[in-house]
Amino acid sequence: MKLLLTGARVIDPSQKMDVAADVLLENGKIAGIAPELVKTINSKYPGKVKAIDLSGMIVVPGLIDMHTHLREPGFEYKETIASGSAAAVAGGFTSVACMPNSSPINDNRSITEFIKRKAAQAALTNIYPIGAISKDSAGSQLTEFWDLKEAGIVALSDDGKPVMDAALMRRALEYAFSLGLPVISHCEDINLFGGGLMNEGYYSTILGLRGVPSIAEEAMVARDILIAEFTKTSVHVAHVSTAGSVRLIREAKKRGLQVTAETAPHYFTLTDESLQSYDTNFKVNPPLRGIDDLTAIKEGLADGTLDAIACDHAPHGRTDKEVEFEYAACGISGLETSLGLSLQLIRDGVLSWPELIAKMSTNPARILNLPKGTLKAGADGDITVIDPQIQWTVDVKAFRSRGKNSPFHGREMQGRAVLTIVGGEIKYDGR
Amino acid sequence: MKFEKKDILGIKELTVDEINLILETAESFLEISTREIKKVPTMRGKSVINLFYEASTRTRTSFEIAGKRLSADTINISASTSSVVKGETLIDTARNLEAMNPDVIVIRHSAAGAPHMLAKLLRQSIINAGDGAHEHPTQALLDMMTIKEKKGRIAGLKVAIVGDIMHSRVARSNIYGLSKMGAKVVLAGPATMLPRNIEQMGVVVHTNLEDAIIDADVVMMLRIQLERQNQSIFPSLREYSQHYCLNRTNIQLAKKDVIVMHPGPINRGVEISPDIADDPSCSVILDQVNNGVAVRMALLYLLTGGNE
Repeated sequence: MKLLLTGARVIDPSQKMDVAADVLLENGKIAGIAPELVKTINSKYPGKVKAIDLSGMIVVPGLIDMHTHLREPGFEYKETIASGSAAAVAGGFTSVACMPNSSPINDNRSITEFIKRKAAQAALTNIYPIGAISKDSAGSQLTEFWDLKEAGIVALSDDGKPVMDAALMRRALEYAFSLGLPVISHCEDINLFGGGLMNEGYYSTILGLRGVPSIAEEAMVARDILIAEFTKTSVHVAHVSTAGSVRLIREAKKRGLQVTAETAPHYFTLTDESLQSYDTNFKVNPPLRGIDDLTAIKEGLADGTLDAIACDHAPHGRTDKEVEFEYAACGISGLETSLGLSLQLIRDGVLSWPELIAKMSTNPARILNLPKGTLKAGADGDITVIDPQIQWTVDVKAFRSRGKNSPFHGREMQGRAVLTIVGGEIKYDGR
Repeated sequence: MKFEKKDILGIKELTVDEINLILETAESFLEISTREIKKVPTMRGKSVINLFYEASTRTRTSFEIAGKRLSADTINISASTSSVVKGETLIDTARNLEAMNPDVIVIRHSAAGAPHMLAKLLRQSIINAGDGAHEHPTQALLDMMTIKEKKGRIAGLKVAIVGDIMHSRVARSNIYGLSKMGAKVVLAGPATMLPRNIEQMGVVVHTNLEDAIIDADVVMMLRIQLERQNQSIFPSLREYSQHYCLNRTNIQLAKKDVIVMHPGPINRGVEISPDIADDPSCSVILDQVNNGVAVRMALLYLLTGGNE
């Protein structure tokens, strides 16, 4: 059966396409994009084409979240590969890359193979495992990058923990680069971090909560840029949250260094002012920063300093969050709100439609070397259909994710994914 | 005036009128503690749970005596924070206590915001007896009561708060309270003990004691937690006491009739030299303790609808 998507605006940053056209999917692949295909296709293949009218909708290459935590193996009460991928398709994502901080940590071939096997059985999206940089992410000994690559990882990261040993980070960048594996750095100087609970500033002062200074992030961003420059390798900076990081990355790019970076929707939507209620759903790491940081993140998105939007999906169980602020786990269950929050950037004039889709699909695919993020003929039939007008209210009870930890519960949103197609098959239909 | 608040979580949430009502009520209760029979039947049949997750002698005893002088049944629960991390959650403990129908729960906890969590959840009145480095409202109220008692007013006074501002809930509550009541608040402490952007709270900040206490009407010294030495917050007690200890010499910079306060417990010779601490012409430290009972009586009374 062929699938024909008709009447939509088709945006594909990979080929600078933004047209009113019909999209034909055949054998799980993109077969063609052209205006008014509907007029000829049906007569050509009578009874063999399922046409879907998508007038008023926007068709884009399937969204990719390059920074998620699927929690399996080890923390299945927070999320599983099945529930996380169900949340992903509901949020419009056709591919997610999952961080290695499961239990056990994905630091060897057998864990990667387990994740791949689980994904093949139960996942609604493509699942791309990310392997650990160091054994047990303990920061002292490199994992077997080559073996992990053969097992199917697409990148390396000790996410959740920084690589504090600069010499180890240097070796990781060198070895990974020779294998064509991107390294994703969780930038946080652990000494400057100092067990902080929220952004260090006026609000941490009045709330009496230990602060995380912005320099905890920036010191390591600067370090990793220097290492990448010296070793002529590349580095990708995860979850950028501060104005200083944006400035450092902008300067590095200007000098032609191979540095890429992502930010998450909460960093361009919320500030540390929100923590005044001590609501643990606002506790996230890196922490929500000040308004100047939020503004700088938007500027970094607008001028291309920040390549990608990744939600850092961090689902948690109630027991992790319904405790004193100090003891609460960090993170936001983000897959089902990421697109809705990001669409605000278009209405605010920060990004154009093609720019936003590039940051949520084409660029993550490029950074992770995935054969995705495009609607070129012959490409995998991964498509997200967005209704840009629909009004909806975030309700964590309706989340497919097991993690109901969202500071956006009750928020009014405009625009969301209404149809998510993975490999030519409809995996989510929210129309 | 009817007291509308369900809980006392911090001075930040109190209006000037509410602070005045609490102080006036407390003043009227002072006399009870001087009677031969130190008890009135006002809260007979009501119960107060003191839930302390952090060590405390003064505050807990003060709350207990306050409750007993009003004839409330007071129950003390001491729990260690570590057992909370590993065992029953604070919410479960609180729900269990709620099921036993107390009227007021007084909580002290090392985690900032813990009382706020209970206040949202429970129908009982919650009194914050100190949460982390956030607020210690009853201390600030007894401090304000003491200042008012000794100076006849709060508005227009210069109050210097000296020491580890970063980790002090007493400082934060007093900054809110004294500023609201019209005092000029000046802080002093080593730069490492001054939290970021504290001046946004409307205070003047100094890094040496002398600058802060010039012409001060009130000098409030904060306790130094000895374990901060190991966190490199300051080099040594020896150096600290040489530069931040209030003594016979530097106190001359303050007004002649300056009063000296300390929330206790004092590290003698570190924050205040013993001769100043024991000098009845300036030290009001024990008056603070006495007023503490009255302030806590006033809060228990107001929260349980005593003045309706």
